[in-house]
Amino acid sequence: MTFSRTNITALIAGLLGVAAISTFGENKIEIITILMCWAVLWFANVKLAHSGWKHARWLAPLLFGATLLLLWELTVAFFDVPLVILPAPSLIAMRFVQSIDILWQDFVQTILKGGLSGYIIGCGAAFLTAVLVDRFDFLRRGLLPVGNFMAALPIVGTAPILVMWYGFNWQSKAAVVVVMVFFPVLVNTVAGLRETSAMQRDLMSTYAANYWQSFFKLRLPAAMPFVFNGLKIATTLALVGAIVAEFFGSPTVGMGFRISTSVGQLALDMVWAEIVVAALAGSAFYGVVAMAEKAVTFWHPSQREK
Amino acid sequence: MRVIVPVLTVLAVIVALWYAACIPMNVKGVLTEAERAGAEVNPPGAKDRRDLGAFGLVLGNSFAIPATWEQARPRLPAPHQVANELWNTTVMKKITSKRSLVYHGWVTLSATLLGFAIGTGLGILLAVGIVYSRVMDMSVMPWAIVSQTIPIIALAPMIIVVLYSIGVQGIIPKAIISAYLSFFPVVVGMVKGLRSPDAMQLDLLRTYYASSAQGFWKLRLPSSMPYLFTSLKIGIAASLVGAIVGELPTGAVAGLGARLLAGSYYGQTVQIWSALFAAAILAATLVAILSVIEQRVLKRMGMA
Repeated sequence: MTFSRTNITALIAGLLGVAAISTFGENKIEIITILMCWAVLWFANVKLAHSGWKHARWLAPLLFGATLLLLWELTVAFFDVPLVILPAPSLIAMRFVQSIDILWQDFVQTILKGGLSGYIIGCGAAFLTAVLVDRFDFLRRGLLPVGNFMAALPIVGTAPILVMWYGFNWQSKAAVVVVMVFFPVLVNTVAGLRETSAMQRDLMSTYAANYWQSFFKLRLPAAMPFVFNGLKIATTLALVGAIVAEFFGSPTVGMGFRISTSVGQLALDMVWAEIVVAALAGSAFYGVVAMAEKAVTFWHPSQREK
Repeated sequence: MRVIVPVLTVLAVIVALWYAACIPMNVKGVLTEAERAGAEVNPPGAKDRRDLGAFGLVLGNSFAIPATWEQARPRLPAPHQVANELWNTTVMKKITSKRSLVYHGWVTLSATLLGFAIGTGLGILLAVGIVYSRVMDMSVMPWAIVSQTIPIIALAPMIIVVLYSIGVQGIIPKAIISAYLSFFPVVVGMVKGLRSPDAMQLDLLRTYYASSAQGFWKLRLPSSMPYLFTSLKIGIAASLVGAIVGELPTGAVAGLGARLLAGSYYGQTVQIWSALFAAAILAATLVAILSVIEQRVLKRMGMA
């Protein structure tokens, strides 16, 4: 089975290669080199994936990523792809190292000031609203459909309005982030607070627990997996909101500002460096929330089985 | 009834709050205009009023309250102004007119749908590859998951400009942004769905001597449908956001994003709000259509 699949892969690669060579007749050697690199590294990945080695789980994706980077680098180098279309990874890395100061300032402005403050305010407000909504059944029945509806809307469109109200600095970006993260966290928290079964709630009332005792000891812990689900969705939304809001006006610092001006100057290496920053910040942000989730909801089956 | 009454109450409260918020938001502008028109304003002089709180101004000049809902370029337009603008720019205008929201909405919608179709198609293909190939599962899947945590929309301005510089413009660049925004949710959801049959069901097929392809068509694909529809609904909302954001960086002349941008350049708040509501209505309609299809399909398959 594996053997035949490898054969098919090789066949497809070969056909692609023939097609490419006949198109770019004068660059035969370069094309063959690139295809060889791809074939060798992919073969190594196949071997790795089927080896059953315990480190393969994280080595395979790394090898795949490295393969893509290498092919990207080779393609750019061999075909002299102009900078305004696609800069080579090495060039992006150099730009990243050289402009680390600017990138750091942009990171502080967009992620720490705009994104993080908005995230904390928005998630906090959503959580408190959810507790209130859960307390009153009428509110829950009324607000939840509205909240579900709002969570699906292109809320990022409020950015021009909020920039107009709160000025060009990070406060307006924080406001956009607040609006963006509010509804997903609200909807998830309300769903989580209803997660306990009637039996569990009855047990609490046989203990003569009052509303807040049963809230803190039973319903809040039970809601935590849902709350963290909302918080994880909100991390990406926070960064998207903070960056896109800067397209509508910003001081002369910030990731969205840098991206839009660098695109205008066709300095694509700088744009890619900012994208690297955004990717690192996004994964780190998500990672921190996921770690907090692990610490808080250690009892949940999805956390235990690993 | 159990749902409608609370929802209507909540909506009424929102509209009421909106009208109330218009008063302090717009009062300064109204007073400046009123003073220019020769009315008695307390205190006189825009400079003196600047440092005063909005609520103090409202209390001192209660005659100005109705005017805060009727300004031409308010900081916060009142609901009926937005509704008016929406009505005027959709029903009253010819749909070929450059000022018609139907025209702009169609420009955005066509890019959204094209991108959504591309993204969904490729996403399903990749998901099938991931489920059936161990190598792809181990090497591609982690990247698909990580990519969900990246604000991938930051790439949008660059894609537009790069494609423009190699001569591609119009609907395609926006569709590409839409496609990659809807791509990853579909991949992740579909992988989950194709893996949802449990070992017992897979074993049963093996006892029937079913081939791998039969296993796919008769078991894996049908049982992935609920997951597929959930990700489609996420994907189409993301596609619309992608198409709107794709219109921002190049200063596009048509589309809902272009209306937002033009409105923010010229301070046309009513235009921004109406474009925003048009986008919201569009998103809600698309998700609703998918929900109806989902119900029909799942009912037909005996799953809902």
